[in-house]
Amino acid sequence: MIKKHNLLKFLALALGLMATACFSPAMAQDAPEVPEEAAEVVEVDFETAYGAFMGSADASAFFTVSNLWLLIAAGLVFLMHLGFATLESGLTQSKNTVNILFKNVFIICMGVLTYAFYGFNAMYPGDFNGWFAFGSWFDIPADMANFSSEYADYTWYTDFIFQAMFAATAATIVSGAVAERIKLPSFMIFATLLVTFAYPVTGSWEWGGGWLNNFGTDGDREFIDFAGSSLVHAFGGYAALACVIILGARKGKYTANGIKPILGHSMPLATIGVFLLFLGWFGFNGGSVLNADPYLVSLVFVTTALSACAGGLGAMFTSWILLKKPDLSMALNGILGGLVGITAGADTISPGWSIIVGLISGIIVVFSVLFFDKLKIDDPVGAISVHGICGNFGTLAVGIWGAGFFVSQLIGTVAISLFAFVFSIIVFGIIKAVIGVRVSEEEESEGLDIGEHGQEAYPDFAPSIKG
Amino acid sequence: MKLVKAIIKPFKLEEVKEALSEIGIEGMTVTEVKGFGRQKGHTEIYRGSEYTVDFLPKVMVDIAVADDVVTKTVEAVSKAAKTGKIGDGKIFVIPLDDVIRIRTDESGDGAI
Repeated sequence: MIKKHNLLKFLALALGLMATACFSPAMAQDAPEVPEEAAEVVEVDFETAYGAFMGSADASAFFTVSNLWLLIAAGLVFLMHLGFATLESGLTQSKNTVNILFKNVFIICMGVLTYAFYGFNAMYPGDFNGWFAFGSWFDIPADMANFSSEYADYTWYTDFIFQAMFAATAATIVSGAVAERIKLPSFMIFATLLVTFAYPVTGSWEWGGGWLNNFGTDGDREFIDFAGSSLVHAFGGYAALACVIILGARKGKYTANGIKPILGHSMPLATIGVFLLFLGWFGFNGGSVLNADPYLVSLVFVTTALSACAGGLGAMFTSWILLKKPDLSMALNGILGGLVGITAGADTISPGWSIIVGLISGIIVVFSVLFFDKLKIDDPVGAISVHGICGNFGTLAVGIWGAGFFVSQLIGTVAISLFAFVFSIIVFGIIKAVIGVRVSEEEESEGLDIGEHGQEAYPDFAPSIKG
Repeated sequence: MKLVKAIIKPFKLEEVKEALSEIGIEGMTVTEVKGFGRQKGHTEIYRGSEYTVDFLPKVMVDIAVADDVVTKTVEAVSKAAKTGKIGDGKIFVIPLDDVIRIRTDESGDGAI
């Protein structure tokens, strides 16, 4: 309340000054009356009120810095889409590179737009039944009530763009797992339905104030998912698992004589992708503080980095011991596993425990990749293990080393994973029945670049066009 | 005239080229090739699955030479490409009917 009084005073003062400046010098002697007149104007005129607000340094400085940090964080999360694009390209064959890149380009374009038209308001509906809300166009008229810490430390637009960058990530995770054999139109339809309609549902359960917040007395045992180990990563991972089960393995991967690996065509691209994702994750987790709180943002940076590095080392040495060779692609998966693992508890797990979370995530990733290969679930980039399994583990870790309660965490992560899995089985199953989901065997051998796009990523033998 | 076709270890290419230049060979064609002989392949591992690489990368050097320098050429290549370990490669010597220089239409030894 004190803050509000101060704000009003500032508003009145600033308006008084503005009014003085605007009115002719002849009116100057009437100045004492002006603030009262202007105070009535505040209610209706946003631009005037906002100008005054920005003039009050103590109220606006934190807001402005927080807002800026969230916009930078949104930019970093955007960069993760480049990371996914390069990682997925690197870990698949060169004959499918145009196809992978095309899917990634489509996802960011589709994701941001559908989030504007439907997703944002479906995910953050305000008061709702806790389970499901319909979405709508995101934009609202600017309102001074939204410019105080009681609402949030950022503008409505910042909120939208930051969350929109997250939304598309869920579909990107699927893109890698189904690579090298999925029909392009089928993927585009599925990704659109997933990002538009499914992602906001589970999102609203937790971040939108839904039923996962209500565990215990007055929500004192609420489910905690800080930046989305479950809501973004496990969600994407289990959607990917459902699609891979329906789609089947790539031709020639699982033979009578055992597993025949299909090599990724560029380890440099894959490595660039993981470094970009690591960088972007500082925005993904750091921005999820939702303001520029100096202590929390720096803590989150530290736990994120420690967990990622421990995950990398965990996977390096697990693969070295288990497989007798230090496998780079496993080390890359380990870094990502550590990042996914710490995402749910980056603000409540201490730096020391964050190393343990990362290390375990890195070890889990290697076993999980081998396990899914045993089940003949063909995931070219390890997305199900990295995002699905480490997402589950990271969410549970908050119940062990963070601020959460284990049972609440378990219910939450199972519910979110299950919803993503069931939604994907049904929707992808329907798409399979109606238009099919898999390219022909011939096209798979020739590569999807030529089959789906009529283009090559690396036209090595193109004749020179210069004389 | 003969065509000397040498299949060598890729990292030996520079030494072979220099050895050939020293004995006055003025041209050659180099191709990256893959294959195996007694060396066979080796196993590699990718994301937990082992696989055998049968075809190892080699470099093939084609040199057209006049009959009187064939021995010298083969010796130069053999000496420069030798490591003494399995996988050093092979040299094939093949009869060559004719050589034509496109720019001048010269043929025979003069075109080499």
